[in-house]
Amino acid sequence: MANVKTVPKKRKIKRCKQDVIYDTVLFIVLTLILVIVAYPLWWVIISSFSNPTEVSAGNVIWLPIGFNLKGYAEVFKDDMIVRSFLNSILYTVCGVLVNLAVTLPTAYALSRDKFSGKGIITIFYVITMFFSGGMIPTYLVVRDLHLLNTMWSLILPGCLSVYNMIVARTFFKSNIPEELYEAAAIDGCSQGKFFFKIALPLSGSIIAILVLYYGVGHWNSYFSALLYMTDQDTWPLQLVLRRILITNETALAQTATTAAARAALQEQRQLTEVMKYSLIIISSIPVLVLYPFIQKHFVKGVMIGSVKG
Amino acid sequence: MKAAVAKKVKIQKAPFKDRFMRALRKDTSLYLFCLPGLVLTFIFSYIPMYGVQIAFRKYNARDGIWGSEWVGLQYFERFFNSPYFESTIANTLILSLYSLIVSFPIPIILALMLNSFRHNRYKKVIQTITYAPNFISTVVMCGMLMLFLSPTVGIINHVIEAFGGTAINFMGNKNYWRHIYVWSGVWQGMGWNSVIYFAALSGVDPSLHEAAKCDGATKFQIVRHIDFPSILPTATILLIMNCGSVLSVGFEKAYLLQNSLNTSVSEIISTYVYKVGLIDNNMSYSTAINMFNTVVNMVLLLLVNKISDKLSGNSLF
Repeated sequence: MANVKTVPKKRKIKRCKQDVIYDTVLFIVLTLILVIVAYPLWWVIISSFSNPTEVSAGNVIWLPIGFNLKGYAEVFKDDMIVRSFLNSILYTVCGVLVNLAVTLPTAYALSRDKFSGKGIITIFYVITMFFSGGMIPTYLVVRDLHLLNTMWSLILPGCLSVYNMIVARTFFKSNIPEELYEAAAIDGCSQGKFFFKIALPLSGSIIAILVLYYGVGHWNSYFSALLYMTDQDTWPLQLVLRRILITNETALAQTATTAAARAALQEQRQLTEVMKYSLIIISSIPVLVLYPFIQKHFVKGVMIGSVKG
Repeated sequence: MKAAVAKKVKIQKAPFKDRFMRALRKDTSLYLFCLPGLVLTFIFSYIPMYGVQIAFRKYNARDGIWGSEWVGLQYFERFFNSPYFESTIANTLILSLYSLIVSFPIPIILALMLNSFRHNRYKKVIQTITYAPNFISTVVMCGMLMLFLSPTVGIINHVIEAFGGTAINFMGNKNYWRHIYVWSGVWQGMGWNSVIYFAALSGVDPSLHEAAKCDGATKFQIVRHIDFPSILPTATILLIMNCGSVLSVGFEKAYLLQNSLNTSVSEIISTYVYKVGLIDNNMSYSTAINMFNTVVNMVLLLLVNKISDKLSGNSLF
């Protein structure tokens, strides 16, 4: 503490030579990293707006060439994409609601120091972090409950993420003091009423964090759908994306014989390529729109979480 | 004083059942709060744990988990003797160690660099952009890789051709597969994984920095001798946790990047478990492989934890 006084009052200390070198190197390296991360994203965006032929020829580098929205039009022509997009929205919204309904009360209860079941219930959850039945036994449970091809198979298993629960618990512990409940209890408030009328309204930021953590998780996941959803009508967007982007299944199977037909086919192929870029953008829109909030709250979530290891 | 007496009486006199009932009555609403989570976790986590026993049974749908014939370690033996045993384990180990060695230090370096960066505005921009890929789904990530690396329309091959090279079929050549997997993971995760180190760095006492500056330390020396040691405990904990999951490389990305030309390097335990279980419908065999995987992970976790405890005093438990 006393050292602080010995720092010279003059605010600008001349940087020594090594520091100048250090700062310059840092600047260059970080700019390089920025370009490496940003360029592929930028390239997907400009390609989605460009003329298909130019994209295939590799002419699109810095800005869109031959600006058009054909790729996007192509995406919306596909019934399957539109339907799966709606499915994904439904699954994400319902999923997040269930997640919150399960996670928040549990986290609140476990954050109360005087709660007698705290220890044993915490152990109950921690065990699930280290052991699991694995893919097949979980699949069998889901199948035996007749949840295959319903959205509940995506929502109910894993409806409580222990990590998120611990983040929420840490939040409740430090922001909703026990004394607050005691004061309310004297006025005749029950634990349930306190939770809904006082604790929840004071916990806006943790609710936002959970909504985003869970929401992005649901939107981006494809593995459970791959396991449990066999009926194409119930597919979420990510499975359709997989089919189009990865396994390359599009409606383009015919072979052309005449020159004109070949040219048309070639054009169609190029359009399909551009449509993939458009599809990537469209599938990321919900996350992109939320990104400013996401960044702030996700970082906050990591900070809260890191307190408890 | 009163509380202490009450506690003593409780421990000595009341039998378990009474204590249990009293606790239940006292905290009824809190227990009710926990109920939905407990029930769902029990159904979807604990029942499958119990269902793991199908690894020791010859499972068939008609007889169910209970009724199927007990065959002991037959499926484990079958896995140990199968040609896939060595290749899947080797692939998994190589992939995850490679990925650990590359993607573990990079976020630490990034956090240290950004933390000592002078331009605050620019720092924010870099953070915002480098976090972004983390929110891209695995499917889109792999789709982008396919597009970029495509031998006909991919931008990377356009660049190679522009410099006079010949186009390379990246996805069709198994030698590239691991590099693609690991480095795309770095691209996607480095920014986001550095956040936790930022949290640790924000806890460094600024007076340490000031004292060091007074003593004439250069910026690099400050980073090396103050910032780096202060995030070491966080890094160790994360390293232990990562080592514990060395044999459970994510299924999602490996499965998406797999094709018939690269299975000899891309077939890892989790993709094999999926194929055996749900595509070949051999539930018991698949569960046995998975169980073996979990046990090895557990042993590794405990081992690394022990070593780290001995070496640095940092451990999980």
